Amino acid sequence: MQALTNKAKLVDRRPMTMVERIYLWNILKGMLITLRHLFKRKATISYPEQTRTFSPVFRGLHVLNRDEEGRERCTACGLCALACPAEAITMEAAERQKGEEHLYREEKYAAKYEINMLRCIFCGLCEDACPKDAIYLSETFAPSNYSREGFIYTKNELLIPDLKTEPEKLAQAKGN
Amino acid sequence: MFVLALDWPMVLEKTILISVVIAVSLLIAMYETYAERKVAAFMQDRRGPNRAGPFGLFQPLADGLKLFMKEEIIPNSSNKLLFIAGPGLAMLTAMMTSAVIPWGGTFHLFGRSISLQIADINIGILYIFAVVSLGVYGIMIGGWASNNKFSLIASIRGASQMISYELAMGLSLIALLMLTGSLRLSVIVEQQMQGGWYVLYQPLGFLIFIICAFAECNRTPFDLPEAENELNFGYHQEYSSMKLGFYLFAEYINMFISSAVMATLYFGGYDIPFVNEASLSPNLAGILGVAALLFKIGFFIFVFMWVRWTIPRFRYDQLMRLGWKKMIPLALVNMLVTAVIVLLKQNNWHF
Repeated sequence: MQALTNKAKLVDRRPMTMVERIYLWNILKGMLITLRHLFKRKATISYPEQTRTFSPVFRGLHVLNRDEEGRERCTACGLCALACPAEAITMEAAERQKGEEHLYREEKYAAKYEINMLRCIFCGLCEDACPKDAIYLSETFAPSNYSREGFIYTKNELLIPDLKTEPEKLAQAKGN
Repeated sequence: MFVLALDWPMVLEKTILISVVIAVSLLIAMYETYAERKVAAFMQDRRGPNRAGPFGLFQPLADGLKLFMKEEIIPNSSNKLLFIAGPGLAMLTAMMTSAVIPWGGTFHLFGRSISLQIADINIGILYIFAVVSLGVYGIMIGGWASNNKFSLIASIRGASQMISYELAMGLSLIALLMLTGSLRLSVIVEQQMQGGWYVLYQPLGFLIFIICAFAECNRTPFDLPEAENELNFGYHQEYSSMKLGFYLFAEYINMFISSAVMATLYFGGYDIPFVNEASLSPNLAGILGVAALLFKIGFFIFVFMWVRWTIPRFRYDQLMRLGWKKMIPLALVNMLVTAVIVLLKQNNWHF
């Protein structure tokens, strides 16, 4: 069989030489290796203070986006729920009433929008399916929780803070 | 009044010295656990404990607190008296050895000369050996009283390992004693201050001694009594809470004491290398001597850890083969060669 890499090494079955059988010399060599590691740069990062940056294509926690005027973009068409292979998304639609034009961009909006983060596989198909650019996968991941109910994210958790009414919260969310 | 004839200042002085030595060995054992975790982490490119206090320095306190807070479990089928006596005995024997080690030279305070050795007995080395061989009782009693087959197997392994390696250790020491001509530890240190360190005269003896010390302390590569992956946790499997803590602590104190013994016997004790102590004022020399001894002990403790995080555990047959078929013959040869040289020297190098 042809080797895939050139890293394969034949097992050396020669009997041990005198130096190898005394064992101490080889222990000394091993100890020098560990001594060198003592001064090496540590691979660990101090996690909560330092975080590694995700790659730009990282698919993390979902956000429901707003348009430039701060109105919710989602029109509750249900395409994301249809696209979802894990069936993690449920929603209930409602009709926009008079006087709510500053809240919802379309005539129909999602009154209830839930994603079960325990079902979600973070494939990003909802993002692709959305015709209104309303749902995005951010660069954070779902924090831990004590109960299963805590992993069902509602509009409260998903909706991005409004730039006009809550600018500091938006900055905080972006800072993550 | 007969009672008043006692040298009361001496009693006071010794009491203080004993408390200090016990406190210091407990403190050092505490920070050995911290050092062990740090060394392990650094050798594996990690950071180690760094959350509790600056650089994680309060980690041992947190660990101790955790052990105290844990539930105390005594198995129903165990022998309760021995189950409790086991860790106590392990701790006791670990602490007792420190009595004969000269921790430093003589201080002159309040018009008295105070020796930093608790008991300067003329059978110092013999005493150390007697106490160290008692240490196996802690393991044996703990393992037997748990009424658990894994504990029992582990403790029997531990006992046979300690007995096997004590032989080689004793033989390597006999060669040293031929050179010193005395069992008194203070005399041995004095001799090394005059001449050279005994590691220069007895390199093979020292090598055998340090290997046997590893085995006596149940440290890797000889940590078969613990053998987490074969015997669950070895002889202290049934132990919880501070009783487990006592066993672990006793191991670290043993490490500290055997480092002290090695430093005393082979590396000049409180001798400061390349410095003539007589040229310094006696108290300053005393303090520097203690510092030198502690530095040597620290180095040996580091070697203990260094080896532990470098090499894997021996198989049991390998352990026994090394002990009986390699160490003991080597120690015997070392003893014979030393004896011949000592005899020749006494005879002014004539056959």
